[in-house]
Amino acid sequence: MRELSTKQKILRFMANNTVPLLFVVIIAFGVPLSGYSPTYLAGEVISRISRNTFLIVSLLIPILAGMGLNFGMTLGAMAGQIGLIFTTDWGIVGIPGILLAMIVSTPLSILLGWWCGKILNMAKGREMVTSYIIGFFMNGIYQLVVLYGMGPLIKIISPNLLLPRGYGIRNTVNLIGIRKSLDNFLMIRIGGVPIPVGTFLVIALLSVFILWFKKTKLGQDMRAVGQDMEVARAAGIRVEYTRIMSIIISTVLAGYGMIIYLHNIGTLNTYNSHMQIGMFSVAALLVGGATVASAKIRNVFLGVVLFHLMFIVSPMAGKRLIGQAQLGEYFRVFVSYGVITTSLVLYEVRKKRERGMSGLALAQDQEVTS
Amino acid sequence: MNNELGAPLLEMQHISKDYFGNEVLSDINFSLRRGEILGLVGENGAGKSTLMKILFGMDEIHQTGGYGGSIFIEGDEVRFTSPIDALASGIGMVHQEFSLLPDSTATENILLNREPLKHTLASELFGERLNTLNRESMEKIAQGAIDKLGVPLDGKMLVSEMPVGHKQFTEIARELSKEATTEMEEGLRLLVLDEPTAVLSEQEAESLLKAMRTLSSEGIAIIFISHRLQEIIDVCDTIMVMRDGRIIKTVPSEGVNVTDIAHWMVGREVNAAKRNTRTFNYEDSKVVLSIRNLWVDMPGETVRNVNLDVHDGEILGIGGMAGQGKLGIPNGVMGLFPAGGQIVFQGEELPLNQPRSLLNAGVAFVSEDRRGVGLLLDESLEWNITFTAMQIQDKFLKRYLNGLVSWRDQKAIEEETMKYVKQLEIRCVSTRQNARELSGGNQQKVCLAKAFAVTPKLLFVSEPTRGIDIGAKSLVLDALRRYNQESGTTIVMISSELEELRSVCDRIAIVNDGKVFGILPATSDSAKFGLMMVGQEVQEV
Amino acid sequence: MNAALMLTKIRQMVRSFGLPRIIIALFLFSLFILAPFFNVNVATSLSDTLNRFGMNAVLVLAMVPMIHSGCGLNFGLPLGIISGLLGATISLQVDVAGPASFWLAILFATPFALILGWGYGQLLNRVKGGEMMIATYVGFSSVAFMCIMWLLLPFNNPKMVWGFAGSGLRTTISTEGYYLHVLNDFLKIRIGNHFIFPTGMILFFTVLAFAMWAFLHTKTGTAMTAVGSNPVFARASGIDVDRIRTLSVVLSTWLGAIGILVYQQSFGFIQLYMGPFYMALPAVSAILIGGASVNKASILNVIIGTFLFQGILTMTPSVMNAMIQTDMSEVIRIVASNGMILYALTRKTEAAR
Repeated sequence: MRELSTKQKILRFMANNTVPLLFVVIIAFGVPLSGYSPTYLAGEVISRISRNTFLIVSLLIPILAGMGLNFGMTLGAMAGQIGLIFTTDWGIVGIPGILLAMIVSTPLSILLGWWCGKILNMAKGREMVTSYIIGFFMNGIYQLVVLYGMGPLIKIISPNLLLPRGYGIRNTVNLIGIRKSLDNFLMIRIGGVPIPVGTFLVIALLSVFILWFKKTKLGQDMRAVGQDMEVARAAGIRVEYTRIMSIIISTVLAGYGMIIYLHNIGTLNTYNSHMQIGMFSVAALLVGGATVASAKIRNVFLGVVLFHLMFIVSPMAGKRLIGQAQLGEYFRVFVSYGVITTSLVLYEVRKKRERGMSGLALAQDQEVTS
Repeated sequence: MNNELGAPLLEMQHISKDYFGNEVLSDINFSLRRGEILGLVGENGAGKSTLMKILFGMDEIHQTGGYGGSIFIEGDEVRFTSPIDALASGIGMVHQEFSLLPDSTATENILLNREPLKHTLASELFGERLNTLNRESMEKIAQGAIDKLGVPLDGKMLVSEMPVGHKQFTEIARELSKEATTEMEEGLRLLVLDEPTAVLSEQEAESLLKAMRTLSSEGIAIIFISHRLQEIIDVCDTIMVMRDGRIIKTVPSEGVNVTDIAHWMVGREVNAAKRNTRTFNYEDSKVVLSIRNLWVDMPGETVRNVNLDVHDGEILGIGGMAGQGKLGIPNGVMGLFPAGGQIVFQGEELPLNQPRSLLNAGVAFVSEDRRGVGLLLDESLEWNITFTAMQIQDKFLKRYLNGLVSWRDQKAIEEETMKYVKQLEIRCVSTRQNARELSGGNQQKVCLAKAFAVTPKLLFVSEPTRGIDIGAKSLVLDALRRYNQESGTTIVMISSELEELRSVCDRIAIVNDGKVFGILPATSDSAKFGLMMVGQEVQEV
Repeated sequence: MNAALMLTKIRQMVRSFGLPRIIIALFLFSLFILAPFFNVNVATSLSDTLNRFGMNAVLVLAMVPMIHSGCGLNFGLPLGIISGLLGATISLQVDVAGPASFWLAILFATPFALILGWGYGQLLNRVKGGEMMIATYVGFSSVAFMCIMWLLLPFNNPKMVWGFAGSGLRTTISTEGYYLHVLNDFLKIRIGNHFIFPTGMILFFTVLAFAMWAFLHTKTGTAMTAVGSNPVFARASGIDVDRIRTLSVVLSTWLGAIGILVYQQSFGFIQLYMGPFYMALPAVSAILIGGASVNKASILNVIIGTFLFQGILTMTPSVMNAMIQTDMSEVIRIVASNGMILYALTRKTEAAR
């Protein structure tokens, strides 16, 4: 291999990190425009990191197994929400409440993840769009259970949770009992910025788990399946089973992530919270420089910081710039979707370009010989 | 070796195999000693790969009714029901296509799904797969296998960054490493290498042969399948030649030369097929198509620097071993795969990579990939036959509003389709039947009809008889011959079956290693073609 | 004919038609049967169904060209809808009252549909194999982008902009005084007290559907079907696959633009901002319910599918509500429509392209 010049190196770096660099530019303009103080921004960003990281990490495992971005993580979010509804109903507060909600969500997540994995195995080659539709489909079932089943079929004790008509859960559930209980555990302040060490510890633990998981036999099998299903199958790896496992793990983690997310917010929008979460998590991960084919822990952290910094400053920046906060809000929605679109397009285009390379080599070869 | 007097390592007795009455192997007998290298040669379809599939107990064999005869390993009869059984008895195989993960290292690939593990607590709860990989031990085992092979392969190198030869070594090292990681009784005893040198450079092939000798000296027997006859002579102890499902010759390699082997490979009884008796007058016919410096990037059929002249009105055959590039020539000329070079048709240079320009000029193509390229499987026969002519030559269309609207002329389409259904005896329920529902032979006839419908000046026909029964075969070949005579259409026919080419063509070009190796009249001695196929110069007498 | 033979015949039919479709058809059928028992007026229901059919059929028709050319289900329909919205808003800005505003809206929408559709087609040609996911997000991003534009574009018709700010378009704009019911009321036929046949709207759809049918019988239309059926075959037959695909995307986008205008004239409002966001999904599931697959669709699929889908949408709230005193229509809609899409995405034969 010949050495690349510095200029080429910079160009290649920029080509491989287009999305994060674009965000740095947006933020570089947005932050001064918004006029927020650094302390305020730091506090907000820290809070967003603690709130969202767990959810985003749940996307990593299916990417490892070559199944792309798991838009079906909403299934886990639903399971987490059902866990929270029950623990709220039972009146269990604080960290035990969070733990119990996680425990309740686990079997649900496993079941949903297994089903989702099964369906995705039937739709190889278009996992992403299928997982995205699965999210919508399951939302219907979720509504059926929560809006109609809870009350008459599934006992709910607390009347505060039920709609006035006597069955179905209210549109918003107050999570006051567990609100910020994990965040406030071991909370410290550095220069006026509150840091929820408890939540950070959980996130650190999760990160270590992911890194460890990649070293296990199952992690290695997923890597093999992700690179080439047929080669993995020929070597005796159970491809379908491995893919289902990756979705189950993702779904369970998404369930936990949703519980941590909602505990930070403090209220559950019973019929809306889970729908948006997939899109925001995917966008944040991609902003961090991940692609459909590869994602690492550092992409998660970089993504969460960049994406949410943009999210925080854009309404204010819009207001200062044009006089309309609404504009900034639409802008950030546009950017979120734009990022996902760009990443998906880049992924497909790169895949194609690699195929076209061998012909060029052949032509060059011939020029040399003739 | 101390078992020199005992039972041979592998012995096959009276092996036979038929696919639904169609015999592909009959009465195969041979034996193999420890450390012996056996060269297995034969044309495509001679039965080599079926024989190996039987040895490995592949599913394909059981699903098609098993096999006859018996296999002995060191005197004990075995009947493997799956490749895993074969592996447990110490038999390994390296296939022609690589089965490697591109973004993993050599070590990871060598030990794929056989990684040594470190016990973890989590595995107690959730099962074995949560044990972590023991990287140190992995590297040790992989290095051990690489050392045994005696090649300079870096275990930490990613497969995607390897030269092709190293990929081959990785595959072989994987087989060697199996003794350390599976419940094999006593390590690898027999290794089958299927065309391992086909993709290698000369230097790489040389070091592979060296590695084979090293393995042999350690007592591992090798079955070496190759088309490179010189290599076979150089490295093998014994040479076994197969033809038409039989063993033609088993000889010690000493003293054998390439010409002998080539003779044994292709030498058939002369009356095998109806011979083309016409003598084409080349002096009076112009060159209609000339190909210069053509390269084609068709995976598995790469073409390099091909020069070829096709005369007006002739039937030119293109033959050669599979993977040597004969299929790449028509596919590249017709613009289906990326190509470069120059083609001049009827004195006019045509741009490459544009199927349209060739079709407009009157060149048609019947692809070897019927289902993938040749047919609209989910559309009617009518569409399949008339579509190309409709799109290229505006046939079967009715014009309205001064030609602004060109409407499909259903009646003309039906008539044309019926014409070919009758002429080529296409067996179908109706002309509206979907192409998917037809048998392979009838599908092939539909492909021919599609090409005839554009009334081409030059027709490329690729593997016209592949996978169709004998009746349909002769019908297809007759149709081609007749079409050439009646309408004077020049035909270039590409086929793996030399006899088929010799029965239809005027001249036959043999492609080897992506280039035209030579062109001979179809009436030449078949041994000469055999030599050319394996890349040997023919000494004209 | 013996029973066993009948059974296998029926089983074959079920397999070729798809179990989900049969369930949905039977479900709708039973709703119509049950309706009178729960004092639901069948005539009103039929009239409503027909009206909704007319509103949505063109949007469903917009799926056909892209399915034919093998670009898959057009999840990027919002892009076409945006072209329609641009046409609608510009037409209102020009402020021509009455039916003429409808035709003006179509006229203004067309160049946007052509340009956006062309760009969208070029993009989809670069991402063959991943069209559907990318189409979804192209739709979403374009809706979000237009949210910004609706705020910024210099519209000033007081019926359209926020009263207090004097700029920025409202989220919903009434079509009253412009093209409200221009098609609905054209030659409408009233039968009894409860049944109205929206002749103009149905006629408009019929004309477009016929044009589509005719197009598929021309040389170019034939090429489009072949590209969708086997793109390699089409290429080997000298077809410029990318050009045909782009044409199909432009057609789909343009039909989407027309479709939303037809929808608005009946609905009475132009919905801006996040309005078009989820409009692709009902259209996608409707054509699938009608019997289309990811790469095969016919005009008949459009008609049957739209009728079944809209029928369920009208019937479930009224009948189910009367039956169990609970409005479960939303849940049924979500499960049925997305279930149908999932079914289509997981078919093996369709995946083998």
